[in-house]
Amino acid sequence: MFMSMNSISVIVHAALLTNLRLASAAVLAITIGMAAANAQARDHIRIVGSSTVYPFVTVVAEKFGKSTNFRTPIIEATGSGGGLKLFCAGVGAAHADFANTSRRIKKSELEKCKQHGVTDIIEIKIGYDGIVLANSKAAPRFSLTRKDIFRALAKQTPKPNFNSNASGGGELLARNAYVTWAEVNAALPADKIEVLGPPPTSGTRDAFVELAMEEGCSQVESLHSMRETEPATYKVVCHQIREDGAFIEAGENDNLLVRKLVKNPKALGIFGFSFLDQNTDVVQGSLVDGVPPEFENIADGSYPISRPLYVYAKAAHLRLIPGMAELMAELTDEDTWGDEGYLAERGLIPMPPAERAAFRAAAQQQTTMQF
Amino acid sequence: MSGLRAPSAARAGADAVKANRSSPESLIRKSLRARYRRERRFYQTGVAAIAMGVLFLLWLLGVSAHQASSAFFQTYIALDIQLDATQFASLPLAADERRQAIADANYNKMIKASLRATFPAASSRQDKRRLYQLVSDSAEYMLRDAVLRNPDLLKPPSVQAPRRFWVLADDEVDMFMKGYIDRAQPEANRRLSDQSIAWIEHLRAQQRIEKRFNRPFFTAGDSRDAEQSGILAATLGSFFTLAVTMLLALPVGIAAAVYLQEFAPKNKLVDVVEVNINNLAAVPSIIFGLLGLAVLINFFGLPRSVPLVGGIVLALMTLPTIIISSRAALAAVPPRIRQAALGVGASGVQTVVHHVLPLALPGILTGAIIGLARALGETAPLLAIGMVAFIVDVPSAPTDPATALPVQIYLWADSPERAFVERTSAAILVLLALLAVINGLVAVFRNKMETRW
Repeated sequence: MFMSMNSISVIVHAALLTNLRLASAAVLAITIGMAAANAQARDHIRIVGSSTVYPFVTVVAEKFGKSTNFRTPIIEATGSGGGLKLFCAGVGAAHADFANTSRRIKKSELEKCKQHGVTDIIEIKIGYDGIVLANSKAAPRFSLTRKDIFRALAKQTPKPNFNSNASGGGELLARNAYVTWAEVNAALPADKIEVLGPPPTSGTRDAFVELAMEEGCSQVESLHSMRETEPATYKVVCHQIREDGAFIEAGENDNLLVRKLVKNPKALGIFGFSFLDQNTDVVQGSLVDGVPPEFENIADGSYPISRPLYVYAKAAHLRLIPGMAELMAELTDEDTWGDEGYLAERGLIPMPPAERAAFRAAAQQQTTMQF
Repeated sequence: MSGLRAPSAARAGADAVKANRSSPESLIRKSLRARYRRERRFYQTGVAAIAMGVLFLLWLLGVSAHQASSAFFQTYIALDIQLDATQFASLPLAADERRQAIADANYNKMIKASLRATFPAASSRQDKRRLYQLVSDSAEYMLRDAVLRNPDLLKPPSVQAPRRFWVLADDEVDMFMKGYIDRAQPEANRRLSDQSIAWIEHLRAQQRIEKRFNRPFFTAGDSRDAEQSGILAATLGSFFTLAVTMLLALPVGIAAAVYLQEFAPKNKLVDVVEVNINNLAAVPSIIFGLLGLAVLINFFGLPRSVPLVGGIVLALMTLPTIIISSRAALAAVPPRIRQAALGVGASGVQTVVHHVLPLALPGILTGAIIGLARALGETAPLLAIGMVAFIVDVPSAPTDPATALPVQIYLWADSPERAFVERTSAAILVLLALLAVINGLVAVFRNKMETRW
């Protein structure tokens, strides 16, 4: 009944909206009607979300498709925010079943979900991803602190000779005037600051700003008073990245970024650990706060710039779309996300065993988030 | 042509110039010489422009072909596999169940056993893991398919002795065989350990590892394992998308062009329509994608990621191109054709359908191909309607989820594994080859039909 209504409305709209000849209108309407009928029942899982999680979840999906009788899930890399928007748009075959994110779901996004009837969400953390600052192996390895990172890359920095007793916040800040690394920190080389990094639309950028810049910012003493007196300005100062050419937005293609680093040994690049892991013969990760970006250091949390990766499942779809529970089982299997699982080979940093057990239990018992 | 011949004539008259330098004749000769120089420069600029275009094209082709050449070959490893008779001991008799039981056997176990038998020295957990990684994850499915194709392998004489099967090597092994992994690097900086390289060398000495024509590349869908990935799914996705595009855009576009060019009255409304069609031709393609998302998916409830929606969106995008070029082709048909047809008593519609349209068809086709070629290379509108996605299954209809060739290129270019670099280039070559075939076919077709007046 619903289907035929749909087709009729399609024909009416096609006739009204376009000035086609009757025949073409009918052809269009019939094909659309057929497809609409097709949309009612969906036999494959749809996953949307972060491009950082994409290389991991696609591997799981492919394995799932090959080893079970279910169809291989379809995965779109829409970015964390875009993915959650699609995920939260509603319940039904037209909406996504899983959302991948490279950060935890926000309260505002949960509210959005609730408004559209998506109330039962299963949260599965799948592991960690480190964000590395890497340069060509032709150059010496960098050793940075997060304070260095902030001073080298912030749009505004405190004036070096600023006297904190003298006057208000307006004069405290100036446009970032550091040109070489040596000016930032005398221990660093006297080369021009040149950092290739992700654009503002990227989740990697969000995480980098939050974990490296913000933390580095909080270590700058002259900004401490500002944090209490002008929290809004403080946040802007900590989050803004310079736009005078020292930081170059290199697009979302991390492979290209690696090749640019090889061509330009003086440049640093910011990208996810999995790309460093695949290119260890040409690039090296800088030490951050004295810790090298290695598998073990990211896993135990001693490497400071790392973030959790999540997969969210829509519990209401478990009865609607075949294979969701089985896919979650595959995802949370030790052979998948464990210390020696196939995701670790792809560069995913596994969680500690206890955390894995907790999230596996959540996936098995289909425990939904409380909010 | 005369401009090229003229300078020698000017040189012939040089003696006369010497005789009288300030006569009006010599002034004319001087200005003529300057004119010929300018004309030569003009021709040379033209040739230089074409040469530059050709050079860029050759460069692009050269770089792609160079990087892609290795992708057309893939490394295979020969394994002596003992089919596990215990697993096939009690097969059901009914054909369907029997087939299912054969398919369900644990082939991975047999492959691992074979690898262990070849390299008995690998005993630690770590070593064994590395050893199993020499072959592709798809090896077990290749073995399964081989057994399903030839169930006689399970009968007594065959099943008793190990049998040689060629299976795909892992992409890291493939990269090593193709010389992309530098052995001089310290072990920690390589994706392949010293031990793995030693095993590969051992296999090479026994001629059990070799590069073969990469058939999976043309017969498989996408995969996150480079060695298993292919472009068939993306190519078919592009095919279905373009089929829908042409089915919609060609009749609608030609009908609109014929009406506007031949029958439409001259008034404000028609002027507005014309201006809008010209405007639409310049609208960025992503806008059409967003339109498709808002109208087709959100309003009409069509599924995401299907070539049907992609085709409709691209049809909207190519429609203005087809209308504009079709109108130009119709306008190029001389008025005397129409007058003659009308003169012998044809109606307006008969004049157009029987005489004008067939004569304009070559020009219309050219426009349609320009539109088709643009649609074939388009990714931006497909992003909005979900066709930029990881889709493994090969589509069999325009309503099956699919990607398109340029999308596949984009997705591979963004993959961390290095083996995808050559595949990206190979996919680019395939896309270019398809374009060349389409353009070539149309050129042949057009030459056959073309009329000169």
